[in-house]
Amino acid sequence: MSKFVKKGSGDTPSISTASLPDIIFMILMFFMVSVSMRQTDRKVTVSLPGASEIAKLERKDLASYIYIGTPTLQYQSLYGTESQIQLNDTFRSIEDIRDFIAAERESISEADRQWMTVSIKADENTRMGIITDVKQELRRCSALRIMYGARKVSAY
Amino acid sequence: MGAPKKTPEVSGGSMADISFLMLIFFLMVSTMDKEEGISRRLPVMPPPDMKVEDQKVNRRNIIQVKVNAQDRLFAGNEIMDITQLKNKIKEFMTNPQNDPNLPDKEMTFIEGYGDCLVSKGVISLQNDRGTSYSKYIEVQNELIRAINELRDEWSMANYGRKYSRLNDEQQAIVRKAVPQSISEAEPKDVTKRRR
Repeated sequence: MSKFVKKGSGDTPSISTASLPDIIFMILMFFMVSVSMRQTDRKVTVSLPGASEIAKLERKDLASYIYIGTPTLQYQSLYGTESQIQLNDTFRSIEDIRDFIAAERESISEADRQWMTVSIKADENTRMGIITDVKQELRRCSALRIMYGARKVSAY
Repeated sequence: MGAPKKTPEVSGGSMADISFLMLIFFLMVSTMDKEEGISRRLPVMPPPDMKVEDQKVNRRNIIQVKVNAQDRLFAGNEIMDITQLKNKIKEFMTNPQNDPNLPDKEMTFIEGYGDCLVSKGVISLQNDRGTSYSKYIEVQNELIRAINELRDEWSMANYGRKYSRLNDEQQAIVRKAVPQSISEAEPKDVTKRRR
């Protein structure tokens, strides 16, 4: 008989999965470089307001965050449903901002201190009263570069 | 004893599972939210012993934008809708007819460009403690949008390109020619409380 007779059964050959780990690793690498670690637990609900003229924060490592919003369900029994300020991992009051800013400033190298930015992430239903207080306190601590967190929406 | 023992091959079949686990771990602990927002600079706090003196700003050079506790908007001397605000600001800042009620323009020397008419207009934004944050951001956004459009127009007229496509020096020139002078006034209640 001829040399080229097909041997074996006529089943479709199984797809090699040898490259699967490599593919998954690639996805993993993509995620590792594109996301930032979550540093704090959110204890307040924040849905950012929309804006069209937004700028990106250039240096994420120089940013400190102030979250303002209503406490999440599990904390409402303790802190009520009024807007609260969250610094790092705890609920704080306006007076604590001074210490918070001082600590944040301390953690930044001296050359970069002037670029320190305070990112205010406030819920869109917050009243301006608390935000004005925060702003005044920031001015008193001379942390003047601020950023109102917003999400991108296209202009009408 | 025959040939030396071969080390057994490590099975690579579970590699995919391991990396899947790592992938899921990273998905859980990381955030995807981008750091974006409206960047502003707060004015310096005057020292407490200094008396607050009125800055001599000519009446015509200032536009008051007020948002009250009911989120209603008042700009110039009229109540207006948020959609009208941008054009109002643009008209205020350019003053095309040289209206004596709209801001002055001053011939300023800009390095790298030369003499240029720069508006002396200042936008003063005031809000009430009861204003909602979303409205405040919306108004801020409109103000910045007006300035950004003016910058685009100016750079189109002078360089034939949009502001974002200019190089750094040119952008600096445009920023001087069309300043973003938005002042956030000292907080005070815009609307009287009635309780």
